[in-house]
Amino acid sequence: MKINVTDQAGDVHELEGLEGWRVMEVIRDWGLNIKAECGGALSCATCHCYVAPEWLDAVGAPSDEEEDMLDSVGDVKSNSRLSCQILCSDALDGLSLTLAPSAAKDF
Amino acid sequence: MSTEITTDVVVIGAGPCGLFAAFELGLLDIKCHFIDILDRQGGQCAELYPEKPIYDIPGFPVVTGQQLTDNLMAQIAPFSPEFHFSRMVNSIEKLEDGSFKLQTDADETFFAKVVVIAAGGGSFQPKRPPVPGIEEFENTSVFYAVRKMEDFRGQDVVIVGGGDSALDWTLNLQPIVRTLTLVHRRDAFKAAPASVNKMKELVADGKVNFQLGQIAKLDGEDGQINHVHLTTEAGDLSIPATRLLPFFGLTMKLGPVADWGLELNDNTIVVDTEKFETSVPGIFAIGDINYYPGKLKLILSGFHEAALMAQAAKAIISPGERVVFQYTTSSTKLQKKLGVA
Repeated sequence: MKINVTDQAGDVHELEGLEGWRVMEVIRDWGLNIKAECGGALSCATCHCYVAPEWLDAVGAPSDEEEDMLDSVGDVKSNSRLSCQILCSDALDGLSLTLAPSAAKDF
Repeated sequence: MSTEITTDVVVIGAGPCGLFAAFELGLLDIKCHFIDILDRQGGQCAELYPEKPIYDIPGFPVVTGQQLTDNLMAQIAPFSPEFHFSRMVNSIEKLEDGSFKLQTDADETFFAKVVVIAAGGGSFQPKRPPVPGIEEFENTSVFYAVRKMEDFRGQDVVIVGGGDSALDWTLNLQPIVRTLTLVHRRDAFKAAPASVNKMKELVADGKVNFQLGQIAKLDGEDGQINHVHLTTEAGDLSIPATRLLPFFGLTMKLGPVADWGLELNDNTIVVDTEKFETSVPGIFAIGDINYYPGKLKLILSGFHEAALMAQAAKAIISPGERVVFQYTTSSTKLQKKLGVA
C-alpha cells in the first residue's frame, strides 16, 4: 500500500506503507519532519497530521484519548488525527495526509 | 547564595538509562549526583507514559514506565545517589586538570571528574503555541508557568488549554485579575471534574469568560501584548489582553546541550561504541540522546551503554587502578556493596 504525505514545506512524498505499521512509523522511517517523541504510546501529539477530507470516513474518528492528546497542540482542525493511531491497511491504500506544523522536529 | 558540590560523576537526566548508570558506577565505587529538569525521576517513563506498558525490557514481559522507574530506584538505593530536580545544566566547562565545572539555572556549581549526559530527547520544556512572533513576548507578557501570582494582579489575562494547569490557574488567578478569559478548542476538559465545575460556576457568574477557539495571533509592542486573536467556528475574534498563559504541556528540546561544544548529529550526541564517550574526553552520552552507527533508541541499549561507560569512567576517576571484572551473582565484594552479603 502507498500513502501520500505532504510535509510542512508543502512537498508531497509517496511512501510505501506496510500492513500493520502505524502511519507515524512509516513517516518517521522515511525521514520526514515528524517528531513523534513518545514513539506511538498516545502520550504526546507530536505526530499530528491533517487527513485529506476524502479519507476521513475510511480513517474513522479519533478516540477520546486521542482527542485529549490533541488538546496539547494549538493547530487542531476538524480533520486532525494523530498519525500513530492510524494503522496501515489495504483499505487505506492511497491515504493522503498533511503533517501539521506542530509535528515538526524543531517545533 | 550559590551552592558548590564536588562529586565523582554528574549524571544529567534521571531517566531509566541515567538511573541504571548509577548502578553500574556504584559497583565500581563511584558516587554520582543527578540533575534533572523534571521534578522527579523517571524521565520520559514518568512524564510521558507512567501507566503505559513496556514489553521490551529483558526479564519483564510487561512493566509500566512508573514500575520500571520504581524498580530502578530500588536497585540503585544501596549506592545512595543524590538527586537535584527541577533544574537545568546551563554550561559545562572543562578545567585545566581535566575535570568539569557545571553551572545550573538554580545557581549551583558542580565539580565532577566525569559527566554523563543521559538526557533522552533533551530537556522537557513548555510547548509553544503555533503563533508567529510569540518569542518576543515570552517572559514579559507571555508566560508558560506562574512563578509570581503578583505579576497577574489587575491584568487582563488569557489562559489557553483544557488540562489541570489551565483550570487550576483559572481558579487561582480569577480573584486577583481584572479580566480572565479561558480559551480551549472544545467544550470538554481533561482536568479534574471538580475544577471544571468550579470554572463553569465562575463563567455562569460572569467572573470568567470562556471562549471556544484556538489562538492565532498576538498584537503588542516592546514585549507587551495588548490583543490576542482567536480562530473560532463563528469567525475570528480579538480579545484585549495584557497577559497570556498557554498550557499545552511539555515537549523535549535539546536545549543548552547544543552549546557545549560536543559533536552532534541531528540533535543527538555522537559517541564511540566502546566507551560511549563524546568528542570531549570525560563527557559521556548514553541512552536516547546519543548517536552511533546502528543506534537503536531502546531502553535496553541505554543499559548496555551505561555498563560500558562505567568502566571507562572508572579509568578516569581512579587512574592506574586495576579493575577486576566481577559478577553480582558470585562476588561477595559486590554483594556487600549491594547490602545483600
